[in-house]
Amino acid sequence: MFDKEWLPEGVERCSFGKFVVWIGFLVVFVLMGVYASYVVWSQGLITTGLNNYFAFGLWIVFDLAVIALGAGAFFSGFLTYILRIDQLKNIINLAVIVGFVCYSGAMIILTLEVGQPLRAWFGYWHPNVHSMLTEVIFCITCYLIVLIIEFIPLILENRKLNKVRFLHHLAHNFHVYMPLFAGIGTFLSFFHQGSLGGMYGVLFSQPFAYREGFFIWPWTFFLFVASAIASGPAFTMLVATSMEKITGRKLVDFKTKALLGKIAGSLLVFYLFFKILDTWHWAMQTLPRMGLTFSQVYNEVYGTWLLWLELGICGVIPAVLLVVPKFRNQPGLLYLGAILACIGVVVNRFVFTVQTLAHPVMPFDTWQVYVPAWTEWMTCIEVTAYCILIISLSYRYLPVFPQERRLNG
Amino acid sequence: MYKLKEFKIKWGMVIDLDKCTGCGACMISCQAENNMAPMPDATDKMYSLTWMLVYRLTNGKSFPDHDVAYLPRPCVQCGNPNCVPVCPVIATTKDEEGGIVSQISPRCIGCRYCMAACPYHSRYFNWHDPVWPQGMEKTLTPFTSTRPRGVVEKCHYCHHRFKAAKEKARYDGRDPMKLGEDDYIPACAENCPTGAITFGDLKNPEHKVAQLAKSPYAFRLLERLGTDPQLYYMSKREWVRRQGDNYLEHEPTKGV
Repeated sequence: MFDKEWLPEGVERCSFGKFVVWIGFLVVFVLMGVYASYVVWSQGLITTGLNNYFAFGLWIVFDLAVIALGAGAFFSGFLTYILRIDQLKNIINLAVIVGFVCYSGAMIILTLEVGQPLRAWFGYWHPNVHSMLTEVIFCITCYLIVLIIEFIPLILENRKLNKVRFLHHLAHNFHVYMPLFAGIGTFLSFFHQGSLGGMYGVLFSQPFAYREGFFIWPWTFFLFVASAIASGPAFTMLVATSMEKITGRKLVDFKTKALLGKIAGSLLVFYLFFKILDTWHWAMQTLPRMGLTFSQVYNEVYGTWLLWLELGICGVIPAVLLVVPKFRNQPGLLYLGAILACIGVVVNRFVFTVQTLAHPVMPFDTWQVYVPAWTEWMTCIEVTAYCILIISLSYRYLPVFPQERRLNG
Repeated sequence: MYKLKEFKIKWGMVIDLDKCTGCGACMISCQAENNMAPMPDATDKMYSLTWMLVYRLTNGKSFPDHDVAYLPRPCVQCGNPNCVPVCPVIATTKDEEGGIVSQISPRCIGCRYCMAACPYHSRYFNWHDPVWPQGMEKTLTPFTSTRPRGVVEKCHYCHHRFKAAKEKARYDGRDPMKLGEDDYIPACAENCPTGAITFGDLKNPEHKVAQLAKSPYAFRLLERLGTDPQLYYMSKREWVRRQGDNYLEHEPTKGV
């Protein structure tokens, strides 16, 4: 193979030609997305499906969803380095990479999302301390830097790079300080996951999103954190499993996957308990105080089916599948539970973003329906392709999975 | 959370919905006064800029009981605005004397969080580059900035007129903090042919708005959300007042 000496020691990889075809396939989608980005930047947001009613749309849903799914990085880091659950070391590298691609992908989308991209730095220069979005801007940037710092030692572990004495020692020193970065990452991620929820909860003029809470934090602050740490580990495990299916190699032992499933399931139960309480209080107290009933905030398109899908099919069912050992220890059911949990968090982010704006707050206003434009779809596909591209390159050239050699021995 | 700020002067508006004919003069005068470029398709309300928008309300009954009201809606200038605390870059504030919610266009990054926060749809995003047909640029109001594509904008009660009125008062040797009713009038109020829009200081008992706002027929949009608007509406028709807020079926209407 052309790149043999760059591959990790003792593992098998597909031929370079086959890999180039795969990368080329992904690059096509990336380039299509780059074109869509060019259209948005040059012609403005009029080229999207956003309008006077839908200030937020697919991009914000995508951002919130990938950031929640990328929470596997900070939470796995916390469990591995702070709580010392050693078994998670088998998947922590992948968790860091997934976190990195999710967060950097979200940042790419954010550059499109603001109407004045060249002024994006105003968020740091003129920060409004009252705004949850300010906290998100600061935390997400700092956490991306932490993820880069966590990713660097893995890159330096590349067989060829690691032969360079300086890089070898640098990687070693990074590893020594990794618990520190795991701690910083946990702190930052906790707050920005929460602030993303808080962004909606503080909208006291939007009955669908508004939540009461604790001190300055609405309940959505804590619920977003809980749902992210429940779905993040499940998503990391699903990425590992997908890589196994694509490459045909065993990468992580089932015990580790089941442990991640157990962690995700337990947290999902914790989340659902409070989410159901929150929904009940919102429906029975918050809405009537604003002069609305539960049925008024749903319509034919954005119906209560979304709530049942989120809390029932993608909430209670995966919680049972992941918590009960009998189900969790069957690969099919474990993966099904993880997939449903991940869909649940996406639905949650969707309703908070889109349904909040679709619902007419003024009595004489009307419901609106949001349909994303091709530019929005294409850029989301671009970022997804970019994520897969980075993961593919990492898998091929970096020692991501410590168990790979033994499992395929 | 953001706390209610009190101002010595609180500029407010009272719109008598029983007088409004829905002619749209307020919308047009607002657009002309505040330098809004013609839209490529002004009929598409999902992308238009209308700081002042006239809604059509009906009582939902068929003829002969059918009744219609028109509700002009500028920015309601909330006392407790949801748009202000959410803005990440302090592009919108309520620091101006008079309690007017300002929007600083050169500061706005176009994140549209304020639009998501505003239940009145009073905030508008610049979807298009502002382009004036040749010659029309001569009609621009020199005291109002034009806004570029990609920023959010809103009604500010023709704030430049407020500044001009203060300047004139200073020039005349009067106290700029004690403006008379006729010293400062936004374009919409000035051009309303039926006199449905009254403007003034809600805290000054000598101003007509202060008296009208206390009328038993006065109400504010979505009052129970806690935004404390400085825009009041009036109507003797109960069904109109009922459409001012979300009432549950059993709840009595505010007013008489």
